[in-house]
Amino acid sequence: MSGEGLTVRDLRVTFDGFTAVDGVDLDIHPGDLRFLIGPNGAGKTTLVDAVTGLVKAAGSVRFGDQDLLGRPVHKIARMGIGRTFQTATVFEELTVLQNLDIAAGAGRGPWTMLRRRKDIPEPVAKALETTGLTHLRDRPAGVLAHGQKQWLEIGMLLVQDVRLLLLDEPVAGMSHDEREATGALLQRISTDRTVVVIEHDMDFMRSFARSVSVLHAGKVLSEGTVAEVQADAKVQEVYLGRTTQPEPAPATAVAVAEEA
Amino acid sequence: MTTTTTPASAAVTPPSPSVPERLRVPAGFVLGAVLLLGVAPVLLSDFRLNLLAKYLCYAIVAVGVSLAWGRGGLMVLGQGVFFGLGGYAMAMHLKLTDAAATGETLPDFMQLYGTGDTLPWWWKPFADPAFALAMTVLLPMAVAALLGFFVFRRRVKGAYFAILSQALAAALSIWLIGQQATTGGTNGLTDIQGFFGYSLDDPVNQRMVYFVIAAVLLLLMIGARQLFVSRFGELLVAARDSEERVRFLGYDPANVKLVAYVLAAGAAGLAGALFVPAVGIISPALIGIVPSIGFVIGAAVGGRASLVGAVLGAIAVAWTQSTLSDAFPAAWTYLQGLLFVLAVGFLPGGLASLGVVLRRRRTAGATRTTGETA
Repeated sequence: MSGEGLTVRDLRVTFDGFTAVDGVDLDIHPGDLRFLIGPNGAGKTTLVDAVTGLVKAAGSVRFGDQDLLGRPVHKIARMGIGRTFQTATVFEELTVLQNLDIAAGAGRGPWTMLRRRKDIPEPVAKALETTGLTHLRDRPAGVLAHGQKQWLEIGMLLVQDVRLLLLDEPVAGMSHDEREATGALLQRISTDRTVVVIEHDMDFMRSFARSVSVLHAGKVLSEGTVAEVQADAKVQEVYLGRTTQPEPAPATAVAVAEEA
Repeated sequence: MTTTTTPASAAVTPPSPSVPERLRVPAGFVLGAVLLLGVAPVLLSDFRLNLLAKYLCYAIVAVGVSLAWGRGGLMVLGQGVFFGLGGYAMAMHLKLTDAAATGETLPDFMQLYGTGDTLPWWWKPFADPAFALAMTVLLPMAVAALLGFFVFRRRVKGAYFAILSQALAAALSIWLIGQQATTGGTNGLTDIQGFFGYSLDDPVNQRMVYFVIAAVLLLLMIGARQLFVSRFGELLVAARDSEERVRFLGYDPANVKLVAYVLAAGAAGLAGALFVPAVGIISPALIGIVPSIGFVIGAAVGGRASLVGAVLGAIAVAWTQSTLSDAFPAAWTYLQGLLFVLAVGFLPGGLASLGVVLRRRRTAGATRTTGETA
């Protein structure tokens, strides 16, 4: 198992007095396929924002033996950390091939940049194949279906050769078949990279997660395998609650969760 | 998936049914070159050809505007600054050689308004033709690099960037007006006689100036086209459409924009430099806020993301301006403003995108009637 792990210690993010991430510790080992779950407002996306340099944070985030906090976004990206967003952001006017080629090119010199692309770079061809987009190569990304855009984004991370992928709700809005395909894709990818997935879809999580962290109100509530997390009473209370025990207590907890 | 959706795209050229795709661009270029270098000089009178030379200078600015604004999304509303720097650098050299030809050490206006009988130190190097020529391009590029470095790093964009550019154009023209003794003030540098040893009074030499300008425009278009289809061109469009995403791919979009901005400034400087022998004057009124807006209107109307659209738009708008402003001097300003608003608001791709827009509308109509979806 190659690659580095992500180590987060006592991470805190505060917006105008509101603490979105409140002392999170995380250890994500190389080759993991970790799901971050939790109710809306639990701080999942903010956590990813902090790791990728989009928001300021206190505490410590290390990738391998390198500190991430305080570095600009593009430097963190060059260290091998890539992410996607809840809404797929691909370059709509550029073709699938151009999108992937740009993602592959952060290390290119000026001479290469000023010339036209002559052939398809090897990593790009591989990513087209992995994501199943080869036949759509010359389509503008803007006309792709929603699921295909998400796959293109994942493909862009692959050609970027990131060691750590942070995916924000990659299967939101996808059909059942697309979900299955995405899950299989994530499992393939995570054999030689580390993948972190923010997800709301519990079925998707149960089918594909190797490990799970549950966030609630900016804190890590529970962590472990899918089975361990599902058995955790605290998790049942705030999140999975209603399905197992229809008692009055979880109802109030859910209300709290929705407020947060 | 059906193929009914037409991409609304500046980066992807719509296919033409008659001419093979591969030959379309070179064929268009050759046609343009024949028109500019062959047909126009034969058909047009000296007076008209000289006017066309002036319009082509605006077209050179438009090449840069197309790169920075069309492809890079930078609303460069202050190109007058760079046009002016190039123009003044050229005019200073020509004024010095004019003075030297009559045995004077000072240009005519300095003898009238100047405070001493020595040339200001910053004028002196412009006596050297190589230095002056280099400065027409390097000075605007250096100013753009310095400005862009701070502005893009601080992520100033959109309207703020446009306002900043405008303010700079205003500041430069106001400063020039205040320096009557060394810059000619409101009058600017006028009455330029010679161009590297050739008298500009001679119609033959005026034609030569036209050919130089036309050749420069054509060469710049080749260079810009290469840039548009290069990986840098793709990255520039990417940075325009989703700056944040580009950052997450490991690029610094500030640098990408900076390159486009600096190159556009260089083109504007070159245009200013060529404008001087064509028109015989450079003055604050030619580089301030209003002309700066004028520089982008042509590109906006013709299609800022399309090189040919921007160039043809610049020529057409300049031609319309000189035709209409003679007949209705007061009305032109309003028409100019209206054109700008209409183009930016309702046809962001300019006239160059009209075909695509119409085709898409037709396709959408067809899709609706057949009940087919993409």
